[in-house]
Amino acid sequence: MQAFGELLDRLSTAPGRNVRLDLIAAYLQAAPDPDRGYALAALAGDLSLRTAKPAMIRELAATRADPDLFRMSYDYVGDLAETVALLWPAEFRVNATPRLSEIIHAMESARRVEVPDLVAAWLDRLDATGRWALLKLITGGLRVGVSGRLARTALTRLGDVGLAEVEEVWHAVEAPYAPLFDWLEGRAEKPSLTDALTFRPLMLAHPLEVSDQERLDLSDYRAEWKWDGIRVQLVLRCGQARLFSRTGDDISRAFPDLLSDLTGDAVLDGELLVMRPDGIGTFNDLQQRLNRKTVTAKLQTEQPVGLRLYDILIDGDRDCRDLAFDDRRQVLENWAARHPSPRIDLSPRVPLSGWEEMQQARMDPPHPAIEGLMLKRGDSTYHAGRPRGLWFKWKRDPHRVDCVMMYAQRGHGKRSSLYSDFTFGAWRDGELVPVGKAYFGFTDAELKELDRFVRTNTVERYGPVRAVNQTLVLEVAFDGINRSRRHKSGVAMRFPRIARIRWDKPANEADDLETLERLIPGSFGDG
Amino acid sequence: MAITERTSWLEPRPGGLYCIPGDFYIDPSRAADRAVITHGHADHARPGNNHVLATHETVAIAEARYGSAAGRSFQRVKYGEVTHMNDVSIRLVSAGHVLGSAQVVLEHQGQRIVVSGDYKRSRDPTCAPFEVVTCDIFITEATFGLPVFRHPVAADEVARLLASVAATPDRCHLVGVYALGKAQRVIALLREAGYSDTIYLHGALQKLCSLYQRLGVDLGDLAPVAGLPKQALTGRIIMCPPSSLADRWSQRMPSPVTAVASGWMRVRARARQRGAELPLIISDHADWDELTATIRDVQAGEIWVTHGREDALVHYAQSLGLEARALSLVGREDEDDQDAEVAAAPEVAGADD
Repeated sequence: MQAFGELLDRLSTAPGRNVRLDLIAAYLQAAPDPDRGYALAALAGDLSLRTAKPAMIRELAATRADPDLFRMSYDYVGDLAETVALLWPAEFRVNATPRLSEIIHAMESARRVEVPDLVAAWLDRLDATGRWALLKLITGGLRVGVSGRLARTALTRLGDVGLAEVEEVWHAVEAPYAPLFDWLEGRAEKPSLTDALTFRPLMLAHPLEVSDQERLDLSDYRAEWKWDGIRVQLVLRCGQARLFSRTGDDISRAFPDLLSDLTGDAVLDGELLVMRPDGIGTFNDLQQRLNRKTVTAKLQTEQPVGLRLYDILIDGDRDCRDLAFDDRRQVLENWAARHPSPRIDLSPRVPLSGWEEMQQARMDPPHPAIEGLMLKRGDSTYHAGRPRGLWFKWKRDPHRVDCVMMYAQRGHGKRSSLYSDFTFGAWRDGELVPVGKAYFGFTDAELKELDRFVRTNTVERYGPVRAVNQTLVLEVAFDGINRSRRHKSGVAMRFPRIARIRWDKPANEADDLETLERLIPGSFGDG
Repeated sequence: MAITERTSWLEPRPGGLYCIPGDFYIDPSRAADRAVITHGHADHARPGNNHVLATHETVAIAEARYGSAAGRSFQRVKYGEVTHMNDVSIRLVSAGHVLGSAQVVLEHQGQRIVVSGDYKRSRDPTCAPFEVVTCDIFITEATFGLPVFRHPVAADEVARLLASVAATPDRCHLVGVYALGKAQRVIALLREAGYSDTIYLHGALQKLCSLYQRLGVDLGDLAPVAGLPKQALTGRIIMCPPSSLADRWSQRMPSPVTAVASGWMRVRARARQRGAELPLIISDHADWDELTATIRDVQAGEIWVTHGREDALVHYAQSLGLEARALSLVGREDEDDQDAEVAAAPEVAGADD
């Protein structure tokens, strides 16, 4: 636990992806089994551990600390786990600190009434960092900036394997992942995935650059619409069905309407969309179905989902990933013909007729749920990851609006001395309302100029944030915009970035919030 | 919390702690005719005083900082030396805070008051250790006066710095330290840990490091960072004021690991606020255990708390059955915290991030 605590401690202030990766990899190389497996699960967010309630932690603290001193300390520190970790009186250090695995096993088998005494005994055996990590772990929120993907990337350093292979096996094993470590470190064969209802890592596309258009021979490529839903993988095996997000999260429980009457034995790649009898819904419709653990019957009726297929990875016992795209398409069409369902259809192919017509189709697609075109090489096999030159996405040009910089925040890592995160606003009734935040899109040279602007135009400081004179216009590009109740402005942009810095433009000529609102799908004037 | 105001021959005034029979201030917050200065930090030693009584080292530090504005006349004393002002006897004893730092031991009509100034009880190779003086009234700081502040052993923190230096030879380490005391203590601890390479200094640290060396504190090989090409600093340790970590100055450094050496680094939110990748919990102030141990050690019946998190320490002293009050002296800052920007961030709308 002590080593895991130190890892979390370093991760909590580590500034960038690579530093975090190095820290995790070094831990995995040094820590014993099964502790490292549980640590990995905790970092990746895949550890299901019975959690302790904050109230219990408070009660424990009250047994060791003066209540007034506890209250003053908590007011000052502001985080319960950290307050208790720091406040807990250091006992005479016993020789053995508890192991992470010991903690996890004990939490699993303990009766509820036994948990407080267990936790107190562990706190006595750990130092402040270990206590903090323990409390974070059992209250269920590590928040040290590590994604599942980053944790798995660190795993690839243990053996000579790529991320795609690790990802694939990952979804078939459970914490503490003994077969995975055995395989990575050369003690065993790769775990078998044949009968596992597991996620297979996806093949991803590159954005199409202008230079690509000159280079590519269109006759090598096939076109499809790029649907504005979410990419999912459907796994059917032995009468069971699972739906995975593009990162491999099992999202089956939120979509019983889709999964209830599917048959077959396959792994399929497609777009999850709201499919009503009268047509496809918008992304905003779909959003109501996302990020939910369960779903009400009402919502299933209002926003019924379906799957629009565009690829097949496995058909029965046959792994199709070594087949060319054209051949897989044939297998997919056959599969779909054998397994008709009102919830499933095929993404149609778009006839290719040259760059100009494609450009037109891309800019003016036949349906609002289309956000551009996909180009896939006819002879490309299915590679997990983002291989070069095989698949391209050619999105509709982004929307652009002129906004005014309002706040700036220092960046992280390499950028920690630069103001690189900008909050910008649009006008409403003569006042700027914050509408979004962007931290890329500019060159290094432009960043220096922006940084200088912030430093010479600061009007107020709030911790790492500065409010600036509202004079600089930023041309912001973004892929979509929706209503949002969480933001003061009532809108939320997708993927905003700084397209240009308009040093020349007066702030009062920046756009109104109303202009942004008109871009929301379904609003008057959308188009 | 404070007990009823009582008349004493030492009292807090807007200009600082004032000794009535001796007619002098201790660490006056504005220029005074007669001042006893505990140590050289800017919120204790201010320019413009007329007559100054302080240790040799503290006077030297004040002169290095303020030149002729440090004071018109000086009485330089050694630890333990007794002087008198009217019928008050004054003795400076070591406080263990920075080089030359002193507690002021005052005696008048059979009553002894100890003004601790800033102090610590943990080890510091650059200054004399804290001396316990029993007294009737003990006046203590409370910078880290909450039980969440328990400083680890400083040498262990320096070992973490060296481990990080060894583990990332392709980066430099930028260590944010307060210019007086902390800088020299960290350097001395690095030397004790066997680090013998040149340590590079931001311009703001050079004067006081040179002074320490002149006063006999061995800091090893030091060099200014100014004028060196970026590549020459790869793998090196560079010391700078904490404010420079977020400054454009630091952009010239080769992919720096930003370390901050401060007692505040105990609290993660503070470490993150400072952008510290490697927070080092090293403080020149007493932590909670040192503060409470000192209150017990000096055996005073009455405890006055000058600055910091007074409430908790007053509460503690009262729980021991002592009389205790917070003085709320004006003009004291949390030294480690001088340039921190502490405030809540505004509501910032943004994309889902």
